[in-house]
This record gives sequence, C-alpha cells and structure tokens, in this order.
Amino acid sequence: MTAAAPNYELIQQDDLETSLLEVSMGPHHPSTHGVFRMDVKLDGETVVDLKPVFGYLHRNHEKLAESMSYLASMPFTDRLDYFNSMTNNWAYALAAEQLIEIEIPERAEYLRVIMSELTRLVNHVSLVGFFVNDLGALGTPLLYAFREREKILDLFEQASGARMMCNYFRFGGLRCDVPEGWLDRTREVVDRFPKFLDEYEKLLCENEIILSRTQDVGNLSKELAISAGITGPMLRASGVNYDIRKVDNYGIYDRFKFRVPYSKGEVGDCYDRFMVRMLEMRESIEILKQALDGIESGPIMGNAGKVFKPAKAEAYGRVEAPKGELGFYLVADGTTQPYRYRVRPPSFINLTVLQDMCIGQQVADAVIILGSIDIVLGEVDR
Amino acid sequence: MDEGLKSELQKAGIFTTTLNDLYNWGRGNSLWPLQFGLACCAIEMIATSMSRYDLARFGAEVFRPSPRQADLMIVSGTVTKKMAPQVVRLFKQMPSPKYVIAMGACAISGGPFKQGYNVLKGIDRYIPVDVHLPGGPPRPEAVLQSLNYLQEKIRTQDIKSDPAFIEGRRQYPVPEFTGTDLEPPYNPDVWQPPANPNAPAEEEATA
Ligand code: SF4
Repeated sequence: MTAAAPNYELIQQDDLETSLLEVSMGPHHPSTHGVFRMDVKLDGETVVDLKPVFGYLHRNHEKLAESMSYLASMPFTDRLDYFNSMTNNWAYALAAEQLIEIEIPERAEYLRVIMSELTRLVNHVSLVGFFVNDLGALGTPLLYAFREREKILDLFEQASGARMMCNYFRFGGLRCDVPEGWLDRTREVVDRFPKFLDEYEKLLCENEIILSRTQDVGNLSKELAISAGITGPMLRASGVNYDIRKVDNYGIYDRFKFRVPYSKGEVGDCYDRFMVRMLEMRESIEILKQALDGIESGPIMGNAGKVFKPAKAEAYGRVEAPKGELGFYLVADGTTQPYRYRVRPPSFINLTVLQDMCIGQQVADAVIILGSIDIVLGEVDR
Repeated sequence: MDEGLKSELQKAGIFTTTLNDLYNWGRGNSLWPLQFGLACCAIEMIATSMSRYDLARFGAEVFRPSPRQADLMIVSGTVTKKMAPQVVRLFKQMPSPKYVIAMGACAISGGPFKQGYNVLKGIDRYIPVDVHLPGGPPRPEAVLQSLNYLQEKIRTQDIKSDPAFIEGRRQYPVPEFTGTDLEPPYNPDVWQPPANPNAPAEEEATA
C-alpha cells in the first residue's frame, strides 16, 4: 500500500558487489497457510519489498451463487472460511433475512449464538496452534489445539451431521433442533475449556521465545489499521475498541454481558494479536455460559418457505466472524436468484496491510506476521 | 516359494520372504506424504495426523515440506486452473515410485464447484491417481482407510513388471495456464475423455 521500496539503497560493502534477492514463497510453502504466494525482495535477511499474489483458490463462489436460488448457496458459504462454517452461515442468513422479513424464534437465536461462539473457540485455538507452529514449535501446541477442536467438532457433528461443513443455518432459524442431551454435553465442554486455556496460557503467554520473536514484530499503527479497513482481532490488537457484536447487536448479543479485549498500547505487534485472541476465548466462554443458562425449548424455525422471491431490494448483513467483519451484500431483482452476490471477506481485507507490516523485518518474521493475520485462502480468493 | 514349505520353515524358526515382499512391506509402511494443503480438505488431513486419529500408527506421519523427500501426494482440496500447473510440477519433482490420493470431491471431479469457470474437473486429468477418496471433506477415518487401500495396492506391486519401476521416469507434462484455460486440457497418457454413449456407433454408420 503505502511503503514500497523501489528506490531502495543497498548497503555497499567495501569492494563486494551486492544485489537484491527476489524470492517467490509459495504457492506450495508450508508456512503460507494454503495456496498463497509472496514475492519477497530481500537484502540479505531483511525484507525490502513484498508483493502478495493470490487467486490460486478462486472457486467462483460469487458467480455460482448468482446462478442458483438463495438457499442453495448456503452450503457454499461453509466453504468460504472453512474453519468457521457457522459464522459464515449466519452472516449470509442475516443478509437474506433482511430481504424476506421473517421472525426468528427465540431458541434459534440462542442456538445461533452458541454455535458461533463455539466456532470462535475452534478458530482461535487452531490459529494459536498454527501461529506457534510457524514460530518453530513443531507439534505440541498444535496437538493440544486440535485435541480441543475435536471436542467441539463432535458437538457440531451431533447437531448438524457434519464436522466442518455444517450448513446448519436457514433463513428464519436453523435446519433442525439439537439432539437430546446436546446442551448438557456442550456445557461439559465449555466448563472444561478454561482449564485447557490455563494450561495453554502457562505454556505460551510468557514463553521467552514467543516474547522475543513476536514483540515489536509486524507493528500496525492504529491509524493505518483504521484507514485500511482492518477488522476483527487484528484491529483490536492495534488499540481500537470495535466489535460488531457490540456495535450492531445483531441476533441477541445485547442480552449477554461480555467484554471486548483490545490492546491498550499503540504498538499492534504480533504478540498483541496473539494475546487478543487468547483473551477473546475467555469472553466467548462467558457468553456460552450465559446462553446455555438462558436457552429454553421452543420452535427453531420461522415460517419460511424453501424458495423465495424477494422484491427488488438491497441488503447487507454482517457479523463479527472470528477473523473480522464478514459481510454479505445481496441485490435482489425479483427472481428466485440474487442479481448480485458479494462477500466482504475479513481475511482478504486484513491481508492488504501485509506489505506495510513486513517491510524492514527479517524474512523469518514475515512468516509469523502472515500467521498472525489469520487468513484462510478459501475466503481470500473465494 | 511353496506355502507348505514356508510354514514348515516358519515352525522351525526360519523366516523366508522374497525381495519383492520385503521391499513392498517396507515401502508401504513408511509412506512419506507431501505436506501440501489446497483447501478445506487439508484441514481434515491435518486433523488426521493430529492426536485423535494419529496417522503415525500407519507409518505415514512424516509430512515432508519438500517434494524431493516425499513419495505420497494427498491432493487435498479444490484444484483451480491457476494451481494445476503447480500441482503437476510438484508431482514431477517427487522421486518415483510415487503415489497419489485424490482427497475430496473437488480433487476427484471439481465437486460442488464443478460449474465454476476456474475449477479443474479432476486432478486425474494430469497425474495418475491411485486412490479416489470421496467426501466433502472426507472424515479422518476415511483418510486412514484410503491409506490402508494404498498400502494394500503397494503390497501387490511387482518390482520386475510394474511400470512405475521399469519405465523409469514417466513423463507428466506441466500444463500451461493461459489465463482462461489450461493447455493441454488433459494428459492423454493418463486420462481419456469418456466415450459419449449417445454418439452414433461408427461401424454401423460406415457399413
Ligand atoms: S471436497 Fe469439499 S471440503 Fe474438500 S476441498 Fe472440496 S469443497 Fe472443500
């Protein structure tokens, strides 16, 4: 974006000839979190210029959705950010529910909150695992993370039938009710989670290596974060208190008491981004506990048909997905298919500041900075 | 060797085998997959190698980031037209004998995105696939089963006659991405378009 280095002056060694080295990292690179490529210009170990190249996973999501009925693209939204299918579903449902006005039953609202907070736990816990993996701690933290992830995926599977691609939300409610005893099992998982977090925090948060490798690396100033449209934990790590759950109060988020962790400092480095996520998990547990206490039995689906013909209108629905603001923009033209279907993917927009954060850092740090942004290529390329 | 003699010897504490069996046993039980994730299915591939499913039990946990050190490629996810040349190039860089598992509906046929303009309709158009693993995404148990199938296949290979051994390096030309499509559209040595059942039979037409 702003800082590029076309006129970079090489440091001349006495009589040695020096030149910049151009390295293409990816699309097959273990640290790029999928099929993503960075064209890096290096002066020794220092990153002088960096150009992100993507499009390797462009799956025509938007074009396909414009050629099918509204409901039919619900399973495709699962595949956007494939860690968080539930929040993707919710954002799309919110947008479509503005086009067709339906009442959403109480129980469905509660289950939506429960599902998306569980999703947040899954996302953050795996992200931290992958992030520490990038730092070089191969195995252990990721193994712990996936152990916890499996427990939550079991809950998803019992409710929706699928581990990852849940396809659970419908316009006006949910596809089916949760099975008997599901809420108790969820409570068990939620009650045990803080214990795991304690362990994880003890292992990571004050670890000497993590501190020295992440602090003051990949700084992102508040001003740049705001003007680049960064959202989610990354924005909060730069010191902005902005959470769509609080701003929009979509669903029934106004009923829950929870805090929004954000960094008080002005640095916005990788460590802040890592800590914001660790703290956010605690708040998700708080929300989950309140939701599990408040939920009552009742219907889970409003009276919506399967095929809709909304009148000509526009709608934008957004949620606080674990990675940031996930929005769906729909233009209805009076037929059963959307005229325009656009996704505002948080990972993609957060990725735009990668260059600014990486210039001047070591090449090994570029890997961590990318990891701390938390991208998923399914969403970046769509 | 005669089975009866073999078991006789075994009773006497002498273990006999053939070079073929020994070789296949060793290769089948120490597959080194390429650490290579494409899309959603890759997450399930990672989950398979993690604590609960523990791919290590079947001897295939050493995920190698470099294709030069790997002998199994798990194509885990949607192969787009922009990505296909890279996949083929990686496959070419692997030393033979090498194996491919096409994981998920996308790698097999394009899956849910088959109608898309940018999605390759099956990686088997360019590289030979040993096991097709359906699902979207397949469960980790299914990944383990596909590995078992592959091991079974390896067990039946014959060093003397199997093309993977005698032909040396087979050629897999890397397709070129032209901006809209891939050139050539498929590798005729590996894949042929299925015959059109509605086409008029040729002999009758000429006769
Ligand atoms: S088969 Fe399904 S889960 Fe696997 S890559 Fe394709 S869309 Fe994703």
